[in-house]
Amino acid sequence: MSLERSDVEKIAHLARMALDESQIDTYASELSNILALVEQLEQADTSGIEPMSHPLHMAQRLRNDEVTEADRREANQAIAPQVENGLYLVPKVIE
Amino acid sequence: MHTKTIVELGAGLRAGEFTSVELTRHFLDRIDRHNSELNAFVTVTPETALQEAEAADRLLQSDQAGPLTGIPIAQKDIFCTQGVKTSCGSRMLDNFISPYDASVVERLKQAGIVSLGKANMDEFAMGSSNETSFYGAVRNPWDTQRVPGGSSGGSAAAVAARLAVAATGTDTGGSIRQPAALCGLTGLKPTYGRVSRFGMIAFASSLDQAGPMTQSAQDAALVLQAIAGFDPRDSTCANEPVPGYTLTLEDSLEGLRIGLPEEYFGEGLDSAIAASIEAAIEVYKGLGAEVVEISLPNTALAVPTYYVVAPAECSSNLSRFDGVRFGYRCEAPKDLEDLYKRSRGEGFGSEVKRRIMIGTYALSAGYYDAYYLKAQQTRHLISDDFSKAFEKVDVIMGPTSPATAFGLGEKTDDPVTMYLNDIYTIAANLAGLPAMSLPVEPVNGLPVGLQIIGNYFAEGKLLNVAHRYQRETQWHRQMPEEFVL
Repeated sequence: MSLERSDVEKIAHLARMALDESQIDTYASELSNILALVEQLEQADTSGIEPMSHPLHMAQRLRNDEVTEADRREANQAIAPQVENGLYLVPKVIE
Repeated sequence: MHTKTIVELGAGLRAGEFTSVELTRHFLDRIDRHNSELNAFVTVTPETALQEAEAADRLLQSDQAGPLTGIPIAQKDIFCTQGVKTSCGSRMLDNFISPYDASVVERLKQAGIVSLGKANMDEFAMGSSNETSFYGAVRNPWDTQRVPGGSSGGSAAAVAARLAVAATGTDTGGSIRQPAALCGLTGLKPTYGRVSRFGMIAFASSLDQAGPMTQSAQDAALVLQAIAGFDPRDSTCANEPVPGYTLTLEDSLEGLRIGLPEEYFGEGLDSAIAASIEAAIEVYKGLGAEVVEISLPNTALAVPTYYVVAPAECSSNLSRFDGVRFGYRCEAPKDLEDLYKRSRGEGFGSEVKRRIMIGTYALSAGYYDAYYLKAQQTRHLISDDFSKAFEKVDVIMGPTSPATAFGLGEKTDDPVTMYLNDIYTIAANLAGLPAMSLPVEPVNGLPVGLQIIGNYFAEGKLLNVAHRYQRETQWHRQMPEEFVL
């Protein structure tokens, strides 16, 4: 799979990641090379093979639905870029 | 003092030959002298280190000390450390002071260890040369024009130059074993789930594992003992009993079956490295081990499988870096989308961007089956290769890396060439198996690593096999001449 400029722009948008205009062609060629490496997988016969999602084939552990975390709002918000009255601030979303 | 191992220094501390404060000052002084050349530490914490050393000295005097009490180490900067900058090698977290400790940090503190500071690393652990760090490349103490390997390159360089007695690392596709090999250290990636990932900044959640990077297998056993075990805060942490790793170090290797996979000795392996590995195998034969030729037929699928699974998981994990709750935020965002896009575009370096984009693409509508589902199936094939092999052998051996340390800048232009450095290490992560690297005979003055892969939860066996070799040889005691003083 060879990626075009427009493909890279679309992927970067999906990942919500701004790219430097001058870098897009380089990314297109690098990502195409990585996909060429990955496409070696097509040659493998995987018919009837179960997908492996956990290295130890373990099921996800469940816990009781109880509050176990202490309230650490102040410590957690002390490192936020912008907070006010305990709320995280972002640019206005609704006019 | 700095040429000694944890075992030796711990004995000295407990015998009262020197204090942890003296030991800690000695290493802080070495960091002062040598770190500017190596760039192994991104943050040095002398004040808290000396406080921890004073506390350790009190424990030592009250006879409540354990084997790690008072030993100064380096923590990879991927482990959240309360009150200390935890950058993960990224501009994204350059301003991140962690509000809590990772499980690994917490357990080592409980064991009385002294943290000298945070070790440099590839950005978000994505790299094999430590050249993707926002804080610049780390240099290999054996030849400062060469890379230390990655992603735990700062940890490896710090221990190799004896700026720390030992270090922690993490390994997603070889990030403990490859730098350990390139810097002449003993490095262990435990079984997936053996060590808690709580507070360890996530790259690929089904592959990431933390482990020790040390001067010997004995030291690795002590560090693993402290960090291994169940932790309810990591839902993938294994609830399996932790054996006493030092108790089996001396076990006889008589009758040990060593599997040598033909795929690990083929094209692409430097012939001088092959000779070093073969010489090490001869040592094992002398200890009573027998060699069995085996095949891991799906080895060639490991790197391509990894470069779907790891980027897919990373694109999901790194979506949390959005410029809202913590980390880097761009200047004057005009709306929410601009805030996300520019914070991420400016906060991440190019290797991280590449992997996020590959993962985003592989998981996007219409491509999931062709990439992610297919890779999960080939992952199963790779895992099955090992299950079959372990019916016939006790451990698998081969090289850790296809070549010795390469030059700075030599492989940065082509991501795919860089990825192929991990050709022998990636499969153990995909299968979730424990694996380690230990130094064998160097080639042209540069360290070479022997990789040993074991069955699930067989860390004790790996450490035993490594320790018995280190009783016969002295390669693990060598250190780079430039840093002896």
